[in-house]
Amino acid sequence: MKRVIALAMVAAVMAAACGAAAPSGGGAPATAVKLTSGKLVMGVINDQSGVYADLSGKNAVEAVKMAVEDFKAKYGDNALGGQIEVITADHQNKPDVASSKAQEFYERNNASVIFDVPTSSAALAIAKVAGDQKRLYINITAATTDLTGASCNKYTFHYAYDTYMLAAGTGKWVTENLGKQWYIIYPNYAFGQDMEKSFRSAVTKFGGNVIQSDGSPFPNQTGDFSQLLLKAGQLKPQVLGAMQAGGDLVNVVKQYNEFKLKDQGIKLAIGLLFDTDITAIGQDNMAGVVYTTPWVWSMDDQAKSFADKFLKRTGIRPTFAHAANYSAAWQYMEAIRRAGTDDADAVVKQLEGYKFNDFFIRNGQIRAEDHWVMHDALLAQVKPSSEAKEKFDYSKVLGTIPADTASRPLADANCKK
Amino acid sequence: MDLGYLSVQLFNGLVNGAFYALLSLGLAIIFGVLGVVNFAHGAVYMLGAFAAYLLLQQVGIGFWPALLLAPLGVALLGVIVERLLLRRVYGLDPLYGFLLTYGLTLFIQDAMRLRFGIQGQPYPTPTELSASVSLGVVGYPVYRLFVIAFSIAMCAAVWFLIERTRLGMVVRAATERGELTRALGIDVDRWVTAVFAFGIALAALAGVLAAPMRNVAPLMGSELIILTFAVVVIGGMGSIVGAVAAGFLIGALASLGAVWSPALENVIVFALMAVVLLVRPAGLFGAREAT
Repeated sequence: MKRVIALAMVAAVMAAACGAAAPSGGGAPATAVKLTSGKLVMGVINDQSGVYADLSGKNAVEAVKMAVEDFKAKYGDNALGGQIEVITADHQNKPDVASSKAQEFYERNNASVIFDVPTSSAALAIAKVAGDQKRLYINITAATTDLTGASCNKYTFHYAYDTYMLAAGTGKWVTENLGKQWYIIYPNYAFGQDMEKSFRSAVTKFGGNVIQSDGSPFPNQTGDFSQLLLKAGQLKPQVLGAMQAGGDLVNVVKQYNEFKLKDQGIKLAIGLLFDTDITAIGQDNMAGVVYTTPWVWSMDDQAKSFADKFLKRTGIRPTFAHAANYSAAWQYMEAIRRAGTDDADAVVKQLEGYKFNDFFIRNGQIRAEDHWVMHDALLAQVKPSSEAKEKFDYSKVLGTIPADTASRPLADANCKK
Repeated sequence: MDLGYLSVQLFNGLVNGAFYALLSLGLAIIFGVLGVVNFAHGAVYMLGAFAAYLLLQQVGIGFWPALLLAPLGVALLGVIVERLLLRRVYGLDPLYGFLLTYGLTLFIQDAMRLRFGIQGQPYPTPTELSASVSLGVVGYPVYRLFVIAFSIAMCAAVWFLIERTRLGMVVRAATERGELTRALGIDVDRWVTAVFAFGIALAALAGVLAAPMRNVAPLMGSELIILTFAVVVIGGMGSIVGAVAAGFLIGALASLGAVWSPALENVIVFALMAVVLLVRPAGLFGAREAT
């Protein structure tokens, strides 16, 4: 008897370790799946050479491949009734390249789904192709709320995070705790403009005031933001809201420190922060910054066990984009299992309204009306390197932003799909 | 807009101008003597910044020695590249030089990307210069003032070298009348490697200066170099004074333009280039040097 219990415990531990992504809401009977073309092709389109290559890029492709391997380990090689193939392309952050690659994936490679796609303008281009081709697109790394708003369609889903979530967390916390007078600077393209809008309304909602906002050229060829920082020094807001991403953000923060705006009482609020940005700026230069993120790899054991596997495979700790790619691929395959087919309409039906939890998504629900994947977000703070347990241990979690608060109200989405 | 604010903004422009000046100075010298438009100049600027970063990370050598060591190391690399590769394209159609240096850029950038990733590495401001001084309206980082002063001094030193020394005379002669200089029995080729290495070292120096204030990332030079080419065209291809003057001028103008609209910062450079090409195709200083 003891032996049996011990065995059962070992099995449970192993299941917890391998199947970190196992959904709580799963458990649909394993009816035989029939794939429309005999095999399942999943595409990952993202930036593999430019500014966003580190935060998603090739390692996001690895994450999707890991999900496939773990899925097979859990349900058997024939879990979906055929081969599962992962294909990938570099969209170079260009909407036209993204669009033609997506076309090629759906038509020639017969891909049933496309994941990831950083750069909001490229993501919007692919959403359009997905709608036309009636195939699935699960966006992960692009942040624009337009994907579930004006540009939504039946086949596009938005996973992980969007500008509303970031503003709901950071905009609220900073306005309530650091200062009410904001000066916002943002990169002047789809993502930045959407960030500006979301933050402006969040700041106003929580009793703050945006004195002024300025767009910076994108791409910024000189890497120089001193003009805007100098203006901040003149306007003397309580908070400087920086909506830049990736390399631009690194330059803003470096020069914010250089101009010593903090000593003048101008606090820095950051719209979107990836672990890779913290690496580039230096952990101690960022210590104390509070930001919103869908996920932190060290947040709990479930997240950590994925991060350990990821580290072993790629040599780095996962960003939330990497984790979200794994999670989205897993949930997509689960949906196929439930549907018994990869037919797009049948899978969409399975996804809509679906409630689930995994190592990445907590209290998740896929909103049927606009395909936004509602889930809890986190308010996190960068800690000094003296508190770090290892090289990539950058942040601690301050609190949870419940899914309802982190999601744009449906009434504002204005999605007509 | 009050005057104090504008004048501080002018300093920002001069900082950008300092980078343009150092980069375009190197470009101009290399183009003058070798007849090669060095497309790899931006990559070299990036290598300079990374050399400083590596010196600090791996060996613990700080900013001040790096200011000398990084350009030296990169110049050494330049010697190898000139001897092995660049040498073969002299006298051929300029397109070959183009292709070679552009290919080198891709090669260098991707190699760095493979090793360091795309996102960049941190580099601290040297502690001696990390304070800020009041410029009336606003505190201004001492480091930025240092960058302006240092690059002006550097450009002056280069000017002295070129105007007052024998090497400079050869460079000047070769820049302005290459064929004639050779015909007079001066062995221009003897100086070619040194000139290339020197031009490269200037770019690397700019990279070291940039490291504390810019993201040290593999693509940091690829965007800046486009603007630098515009500066060289405005100053006049191959004109040494033109390169420096246009560098500072454009840095200042672009920054002042950005006061009215941030988007103007990039536009103003190319608008100016278009005007100069229309009115003075040889560049602001090009014609004077050539006649």
